[in-house]
Amino acid sequence: MQVKILRSETSTHQLYTLPAGEIPLLNALTYIKETQDATLTFSAGCRASVCGTCAVRVNGKEELACAYKVKPGDIIEPLQYHPVLRDLKVDKHKAKETLSKSTAWLHNSQEASLTHSDEKLSETQTDCILCDSCYSACPVYAINPDFLGPFALTRAYRYSSDKRESDAKTIIDNIQANGVWDCTLCGECTIACPKGIDPKMDITMLRGTSVQFGHEDPAFSQQSFGTPDFGGGGFGFDPNSGF
Amino acid sequence: MVDVLIIGSGGAGLTSALSAQEAGASVLVVGKAYPTNSQTSMAQGGMNAALGNVGEDEVASHIADTIKSAHGLCDEDMVRQMCADAPKTIEWLESIGVPFSRLDNDKSGIRTVAQRQMGGASAKRACYAQDYTGLKILHTLYDTCLKEEIDFLDEHYLLNLITQGDAVKGATFLDIRTGEIKQINAKSVIMATGGYGSLYHGYTTNAYGSTGDGVAAVLRAGGAVSDMEFIQFHPTALKHSCILISESARGEGGYLVNESGKRFVDELKPRDEVARAIFSQIKEDQRVFLDVRHLGEEKLMELLPQEVELCKMHEHVDPATDLIPVKPVAHYTMGGIDVDDALEVNGIKGCFAVGECSNAKVHGANRLGGNSLLEITTFGKLAGENAYKHAVDASAEPADDTQQQKDAVDIETLLSQEVNVNFYPYREMLGDLFYEKVGIVRENDQLHDALNEVIAMQVTQKEMGIADKSRENNQNLIEFLEFQNALLLAPIIISAAIARDESRGAHYKVGFDSENETLKKHIVLQWDKDETCK
Repeated sequence: MQVKILRSETSTHQLYTLPAGEIPLLNALTYIKETQDATLTFSAGCRASVCGTCAVRVNGKEELACAYKVKPGDIIEPLQYHPVLRDLKVDKHKAKETLSKSTAWLHNSQEASLTHSDEKLSETQTDCILCDSCYSACPVYAINPDFLGPFALTRAYRYSSDKRESDAKTIIDNIQANGVWDCTLCGECTIACPKGIDPKMDITMLRGTSVQFGHEDPAFSQQSFGTPDFGGGGFGFDPNSGF
Repeated sequence: MVDVLIIGSGGAGLTSALSAQEAGASVLVVGKAYPTNSQTSMAQGGMNAALGNVGEDEVASHIADTIKSAHGLCDEDMVRQMCADAPKTIEWLESIGVPFSRLDNDKSGIRTVAQRQMGGASAKRACYAQDYTGLKILHTLYDTCLKEEIDFLDEHYLLNLITQGDAVKGATFLDIRTGEIKQINAKSVIMATGGYGSLYHGYTTNAYGSTGDGVAAVLRAGGAVSDMEFIQFHPTALKHSCILISESARGEGGYLVNESGKRFVDELKPRDEVARAIFSQIKEDQRVFLDVRHLGEEKLMELLPQEVELCKMHEHVDPATDLIPVKPVAHYTMGGIDVDDALEVNGIKGCFAVGECSNAKVHGANRLGGNSLLEITTFGKLAGENAYKHAVDASAEPADDTQQQKDAVDIETLLSQEVNVNFYPYREMLGDLFYEKVGIVRENDQLHDALNEVIAMQVTQKEMGIADKSRENNQNLIEFLEFQNALLLAPIIISAAIARDESRGAHYKVGFDSENETLKKHIVLQWDKDETCK
């Protein structure tokens, strides 16, 4: 079977031939590197979907190379919106800066009485392996590189909703700019996540908490809902429009 | 000049960074990948601490179980310290937000942390977070490092330690992105570089990167290594992909059966015994399976969600309805950098080692499940504190650039020389050779064969090199350097296994089926001064 891999040096898709049979993409990449082309560059780690190293795009969709089974004709490319260092290897520093900006950690720890249902509240969110798939899939990130992005917001949600956090407000305050309100709730991140995390839902929850802490949707507050001259745009009712 | 340079950014590295910085040190964490990529993420089952949240337990029982499993090769004071500090380490992890699995018991704090049974344990002692314990501890440590503004230098590959006299002065690194050779000067160094299980390439649960880089660097710099022959084989890796299925699957009630459907071993014995029992079934041409069907789908998804997913993905079996084909593969290296009770490397002052790369003599001949996450967090704290103490009085005079120049020449040579032999097939051959001849059951004839083959491979190594000549982001180069480290450690492991004419814990030798009292000692190895790189 044949696959195409985007090479950074030539900016073209290079054709490689693999033996027939089921093979995880990571094994295929290793096979190519060992036997055909030592210059093909990618990142690899645990082989078991937990180290977050090997995410790439296959036919336009984010996949962990160690988990994806190669099909004939697959087109393999690096993650989007990350500087490509070489071939399938990208620079993930920018996305990680967003973790610091969103201050997604326990700020002021207090003893709490946690239960099994508390564990369940953040069980999926804490499965995050920081593979960056969600950033690659996020259309907001495409136009606003300062957007905090899906995984940082999911992590902000996980800590801000932890009963051990006595200062959730600080986290919420820190995810307002380029954060919860900039998301379009398109759900691409949820589709891309290899661990079944739903950042879209987490961001929706964070919006609710933000409002509780006195924040509001900046787009919403800038819009008029019918001033005396009825000249409001956006969601406002404008009796002159379209008539 | 940084006070404490930490090499390796897994759980041990991150814990020691937090601890050294809290003590007052300036710290820098340097790793060959990103912090959350490390082997720690793969630890599944749990972390031991005698909290007694589920049934009675005592620190004394934890100590006794650990000593028993170590088969006489541990330092009992170190074991006592680790086990006694375990509850307070859980307390600390709780305070930074680790999302442990919980009990419904109307209590608070760490009294609510769920605990499960692991092999060789006399109580339900392993605190866990589903079967993602290592991942969730690692990521919480990383978040805390960001909070504390720990400095990181990612994608820098350790080349050599820099020593002056018998003291460490820093280390040299290859900046993987630019190809530049860098010298980082430090008053103290902490090695947190992980084990050497990937020597068993193709027969290990370990990530590709567990190639013993730090252990090899310590040897080259004149430090000691010990107990290198003790390699733990995990009883249950998936048969075709070698992906780990946690011991907690058996702790929660899973059975091991052969193809006749018969159970053949007490599944909750320590790993060495269970691995050997499976191995002898396989030698008798029996396929071996893990059977967790009777636990039911709901319980499996609750307790072992990751395992269920991995079985479906890599083995095409659903644990709720199918048997899981398994085999034992290399999982953990008990041996490593020889350290004293302050975790300082024997032979290199100011250099400390912690985690799987070190031999702090708490696991002895066989590590208990749940004690490795405990070691990295408990001793990580200790390493950070001790490295800081050393830094306070250490000279701030940096070493000259002799080592850096030498390393730059070596890398330049690799990038320019013609390659006659592709090293990748040898990486595979080394894995095959080790699994077959330096594996679960050893024989002196086979060990001698293996030694000869490895020495031959070292000769061929001079002809090996890299086909990719790029200076930047050269994965081919890094993999070759990793292979060189693995090949440097290989004869040391085999020689120690040859010298140990007995069976003890994970080291089992045909013809010497029991423990020999005169060999109840550590085999320590250190190169002569003229063999080291200085």
